[in-house]
Amino acid sequence: MPTFEYAPAPESRAVVDIASSHGLFIGGEFVEATGGKPFKTLNPATEEVLSEVSEATADDVDAAVRAARSAYTRVWSRMSGADRGKYLYRIARIIQERARELAVLETLDNGKPIKESRDVDIPLVAAHFFYHAGWADKLSYAALGENPRPVGVVGQVIPWNFPLLMLAWKVAPALACGNTVVLKPAETTPLTALLFAEICQQAELPAGVVNIVTGAGATGQAIVDHPGIDKLAFTGSTGVGKMIARSISGTRKKATLELGGKGANIIFDDAPVDQAVEGIVNGIFFNQGHVCCAGSRILVQENVADEVVRRLKRRLTTLRIGDPMDKNTDVGAINSRAQLQRIEELTAAGSQEGAERWDSGCELPSTGYWFRPTVFTDVSQSHRVAQEEIFGPVVSVLTFRTPGEAVAKANNTPYGLSAGIWTEKGSRILWMADQLRAGVVWANTFNKFDPTSPFGGYKESGYGREGGRHGLEAYVKTGSDQ
Amino acid sequence: MCHPGGPRVVRWCPRPTVTRPHRPPYTPGVSTSTEVDPTTRARDILGVSRLTNSALTGWLHGLPGVDQVGCEARAAALSTRSVKTSSKAWAIDTAISMIDLTTLEGADTPGKVRGLATRALVPDPSDPSTPSPAAVCVYGDMVPFAREVIGERDVRIAAVATAFPSGRASRAVKLADTRDAVQNGADEIDMVIDRGAFLAGDYLSVFREIAETKEACGDARLKVIMETGELVTYDNVRRASWLSMLAGGDFIKTSTGKISPAATLPVTLVMLEAVRDWRDATGEQVGVKPAGGIRTSKDAIKFLVTVNEVAGEDWLSNEWFRFGASSLLNDLLLQRQKMTTGAYSGADYVADDAPSGY
Repeated sequence: MPTFEYAPAPESRAVVDIASSHGLFIGGEFVEATGGKPFKTLNPATEEVLSEVSEATADDVDAAVRAARSAYTRVWSRMSGADRGKYLYRIARIIQERARELAVLETLDNGKPIKESRDVDIPLVAAHFFYHAGWADKLSYAALGENPRPVGVVGQVIPWNFPLLMLAWKVAPALACGNTVVLKPAETTPLTALLFAEICQQAELPAGVVNIVTGAGATGQAIVDHPGIDKLAFTGSTGVGKMIARSISGTRKKATLELGGKGANIIFDDAPVDQAVEGIVNGIFFNQGHVCCAGSRILVQENVADEVVRRLKRRLTTLRIGDPMDKNTDVGAINSRAQLQRIEELTAAGSQEGAERWDSGCELPSTGYWFRPTVFTDVSQSHRVAQEEIFGPVVSVLTFRTPGEAVAKANNTPYGLSAGIWTEKGSRILWMADQLRAGVVWANTFNKFDPTSPFGGYKESGYGREGGRHGLEAYVKTGSDQ
Repeated sequence: MCHPGGPRVVRWCPRPTVTRPHRPPYTPGVSTSTEVDPTTRARDILGVSRLTNSALTGWLHGLPGVDQVGCEARAAALSTRSVKTSSKAWAIDTAISMIDLTTLEGADTPGKVRGLATRALVPDPSDPSTPSPAAVCVYGDMVPFAREVIGERDVRIAAVATAFPSGRASRAVKLADTRDAVQNGADEIDMVIDRGAFLAGDYLSVFREIAETKEACGDARLKVIMETGELVTYDNVRRASWLSMLAGGDFIKTSTGKISPAATLPVTLVMLEAVRDWRDATGEQVGVKPAGGIRTSKDAIKFLVTVNEVAGEDWLSNEWFRFGASSLLNDLLLQRQKMTTGAYSGADYVADDAPSGY
């Protein structure tokens, strides 16, 4: 029998030079931390230590906020929009020029397949800077309100699932609107943010406009609590988002929170079935399911459920899981041991509660953190795997009978970030999109991102929007705002 | 050089009399059954007592739709597979062995066809380990000249028939065209469907024409050219694929090569999904042949990746997958030489009996 084995096709890691230790990026320079405990960042595919990173203390955060304030008052808020735009265009071009380096570093630090960091993450990062560079001198025409002005110093805390992309979502609009930033990358994936700091130097961005402090929860809390911060932008878990909201209640700080999700991917019986199966795969197995807007619940019309599940399982046997640096890898490593344990715990609960568990049984590497793409069928709304965000390559399949029931089940969750609708009937798409309480509704596609499109949640998925004209609103004050 | 004689008489070159050799049939048990009358079989599959146009319409229009954007995105994603070193060498040899080496020109001569057939037997005189293409593909009246060269060796002879490429002739003429090609010794017949009838919704007429052509083929395998560039939508490609399989086609084929676009990857993807689903539904395996516009090794490898990941490895042999191509072989040989020697040679190091453009 003929077989078509793809020979290993590893991307070279020679394009990136990782320093053995990293300082903090404050006031345009890399500086030593003032006493925090340095921590290691790993390659989750091999558990190899990539580098040692500083832990920023409250004093370091204070220094970063003061640098940002100074840059804000003296330079950035006074600069014309056209000139700010020039810096952003320059950053965007450097990102494109160094795309391969950024992609390799992202894959090493995060565990995502090189084909995704190369074809999705980094091109989108550049696109976000290009898009917002264009807005910088047109804010008065963006219908944001009278006399749009920057908010001031923005504290930004971002997650580990799309490290550089989340940085771009936060930094690009903030800078375009004339704010300066103090940003903390996630503790498991700080390296591309630190390389971005080098890019800021290369672009000769004025010192203090972008400050990057590394660390874990305590560092994040120091940013949230710092009185010099005018606005907070956070992407991460709903639990941490609630803590932030509590911390800033009663203060003048504004916040945008982009939190968890339990997106419903709704498949009707008239769906283009081959593309719908691809949509399920892109919806939940893209980026190992580490996607806040992942389509982690499949709602499939009962009369086609068996057929859709059969096709989905067949498709999953062709997914290639393994070395994220191999250009043919479809599903990479789970980002950390802690996340792997959470996925294992929730999937164990799914089996215990009576859902039917299936995975392709493919071989996994012996080192690193791995989890097979997994499908739960016979799932009910009351199962934990239907309610809680797993944030891994695990999908729960539920059924419905009518469009109304699909809407009711899709909305029956504390979250409201994303949803997908698969049907050939345009009128039903419009009706459903109107009923679904989700910030993003995709029709006959899933997990498609574009800087021109606003993104954000309903309910416990957070508030505020990022991207598009709407995303600018969070970074300006207008009229008589103080 | 003109020859004012009767129809199909080539006066300036006597016809060789070699006939088609006897070969064992393709993998028994999975190939399209010809024992049952196709209409009876179709009624069975559709679950109707009478095969009418409305029954066929209901069945074909009940197939799931194809979302254009999603289909093209999937094809683009499959195109990013990196096939290197040993897998590339395997893919190049496999692709060579799947070629239907084709010449379909008004200016075809016995000399050109003999050259093409010789090339199929010895694709690379500098390296005898090079596999042969699966077949040569010529007009029906040229089959004897190909047979003269190929004899009983393991390269098949395919002939286009049924008023290729337009398909605009009466049923009787098309069937006569088919029988003539088979009598001339063709192992395989590449027919064209009546796109006009298909687009007018007369599926029953398309069904009957394919079924009758299949009957006229006898032992020859039938490839059904759908001319997807004229069907335009992926929904039409899917319906035409199922209709062709229902009527007994052994292969479904994209194009004549005379219409652009010809064999695109998304169209071939839809056809591969069709043969995969058809086997799930009936247990019968049908082959796929993209033809026209595939010129480089890189392109050919993208098609093989798609075969592998969509239909599966059962289709990864020239029994079930073919490339209809002429210049593709040149590039595959160049790449093959490069993999052997480590350096690119050039067009002058690939022996070409039928350089295009002359």
